[in-house]
Amino acid sequence: MRFKGIVGLLSAAAISVTLAGGALAQDKTVKIGAIFPLSGNAASAGVHAKAAIEVAIDIINNAHPELGNFPLAKSAGLAGLGGAKVEVVFADNQGSPATGQNQALRLITEEKVVALTGAYQSGITLTASAIAEKYGIPFVNGESVAANLTERGFKWFFRTTPIATDFAKVYYDFLTDMKAAGAKTDTVALVHDNTEYGSSVANVITTVFKEKGMAAPLDVAYPANATDIQSQVLQLKEKKPDVVLMVTYTSDAILFAKTMQAQDYKPPMLLADDAGYSDPSFLKAVGKISQGAFNRSSWSLGPPGSPTAIIAKLYKEKSGDDIDDTAARQMTGFFTLMEAIDRAGSTDPAKIQAALKATDLKPEQLVLGYKGIKFDEKGQNILASGVIIQLQDGENYVSVWPKASAEKAPILPYKGW
Amino acid sequence: MSFVLVQVIVGGLLLGAVYALFSSGLTLVWGMMNVVNFAHGDFVMLGMYVALMVYTLLGGGPLIGAPLATLALATLGIIVYFGLIRDVMKGPMLAQILGTFGLALLLRYSVFWWFGANFNTLPANLVGGTIDLFSIRIEASRLLAGVVALLVTLGLHLLLTRTSLGSKMLAVSEDSTAAQLMGIRPDSMQAIAWGIAAGATGLAGALIANFFYIVPTVGETLGIVAFVTVSLGGFGSVPGALVAGLLIGVIESMSAYLIGAVYKDIVVYTLFLGFLWFRPQGLMGKL
Repeated sequence: MRFKGIVGLLSAAAISVTLAGGALAQDKTVKIGAIFPLSGNAASAGVHAKAAIEVAIDIINNAHPELGNFPLAKSAGLAGLGGAKVEVVFADNQGSPATGQNQALRLITEEKVVALTGAYQSGITLTASAIAEKYGIPFVNGESVAANLTERGFKWFFRTTPIATDFAKVYYDFLTDMKAAGAKTDTVALVHDNTEYGSSVANVITTVFKEKGMAAPLDVAYPANATDIQSQVLQLKEKKPDVVLMVTYTSDAILFAKTMQAQDYKPPMLLADDAGYSDPSFLKAVGKISQGAFNRSSWSLGPPGSPTAIIAKLYKEKSGDDIDDTAARQMTGFFTLMEAIDRAGSTDPAKIQAALKATDLKPEQLVLGYKGIKFDEKGQNILASGVIIQLQDGENYVSVWPKASAEKAPILPYKGW
Repeated sequence: MSFVLVQVIVGGLLLGAVYALFSSGLTLVWGMMNVVNFAHGDFVMLGMYVALMVYTLLGGGPLIGAPLATLALATLGIIVYFGLIRDVMKGPMLAQILGTFGLALLLRYSVFWWFGANFNTLPANLVGGTIDLFSIRIEASRLLAGVVALLVTLGLHLLLTRTSLGSKMLAVSEDSTAAQLMGIRPDSMQAIAWGIAAGATGLAGALIANFFYIVPTVGETLGIVAFVTVSLGGFGSVPGALVAGLLIGVIESMSAYLIGAVYKDIVVYTLFLGFLWFRPQGLMGKL
């Protein structure tokens, strides 16, 4: 009896200590949920995303005077909330829209996060953000490009990345310029998987190209995570399009590169829609047999000592890989969210939402080459933009278009291996 | 047109041989002890990583990688048998499913933790690049895998039908109590069966690594194909897996080329279900 009493007392003491500790911690931290594919076939992208967010956390939570006027860098913690630290709870979407949705629910109801970011695959961002909308929690996405994400009339969804429509126009302008320079760009084959990302981006590109008066691209669809894509490569080899446009995640992009080499097929021009072609492990695995591939990007490494160069170095130390466009876009989405929370000076979701709506970031405040960040009423960043890069040496991309910001001139035809 | 079609069929046959190669271990384990190994795809993945390590550490190709992967996985198979399978076999079917599924996740994420999530590949010229035969292009690495698939199937078939070890193994699978009365130790036979099955799977992985990407989750992608191949061929039938693999490979390639890749799974699975409707035991399985 006496023993039980002591145990009871001790537990009560323990509980009150925990509660007090919890209350203290709550005053000092801002809890954000981040949903990424940390397992499953897109885990490579998810792991890099996590590293990008962790670099951003380091920049926010510790003083980084070397970054100059970069937002949230100068002081330790969020100045607007009395130096509060950021805590990010990472959740694994396992590459499944249903899991992504469950994780969003768990982060909101159990972890009590004040805002969400993620979830890489457009199809999963779609389901996860629907939960955030239902609970009235801000969801800031930095990387999913399917156009319909911001066409749902959502009030709590904000997206910083340029979307499929923007890129379709970039591709059109790029191809027009290349044509003027003497390249043949009359027939385009559009290779894409059947995921939300692949099919929606392909759809948008087809629509935009048609609007601009180009012939409709040849549609080469295939199921994602294929075991074999020889038939698709043979189709391309037979149809001989001038340009092959690839909308694929990493696993299939690698398979395409290898099969194209095995079938000795080189399109005159290969243009990739980011995703797999930006994954550092794609470059390491098959970069050497994909020389001359064009790709879109919003990332460009500034001169030494510039904030972007310093951040790229921090990222390399964290992840062991060079920062790529996708990781930089994810980081930008997260910084935009944190800057809004800092400005709101509150963790109240409604105040964060209001601050996000008033966001007005300038190019020099960003990791990326956007013209800035400003949301329209749909939550889409209207100042997002991108450039075309080329994998000239099979190891690193260089920017080649538009001419004004190009490091090198584009090289044709596609060299391959 | 016709040239391309020949190429499609040749590609399909080579693909099918690979399907057969990594399915033989699965069907063997099922035939011997009625255990469905959900970690099968991850055994293939481990074989691939053995080949990758042989290449990165020693600079060696499949000549060293394949035997090493066979040996490593055979050892692992025997360890798994004594550490896990022997016990879960005594439990309900659900215990087998969850036990091997848990093993799959353990293997997958151990490799994930150790090697990271990055995709890897072996250079295409490790097995002699691509052969151009009257403008039909054949990857040497796939051809090697195809030839080994035939040899493995033949070897396993002969082992089961022509050797005393095979007879003992079959006796155990038929009636383990009776086999025990004849002086055969079921435990040893089943451990050997697991060793052989896992070894064949490791060999498959090491050969597939030459033309596929290597990533900790690759077992998910390949595992499903193995299950389909094995059920079409007939659970437990090694020659059945070969015929089924070749059939699926050719049907997949042809339908992907003629109607479009997004429809190829519809074609394959419609034929598959239709076939099982008439012959639920599969091509060469026994009811």
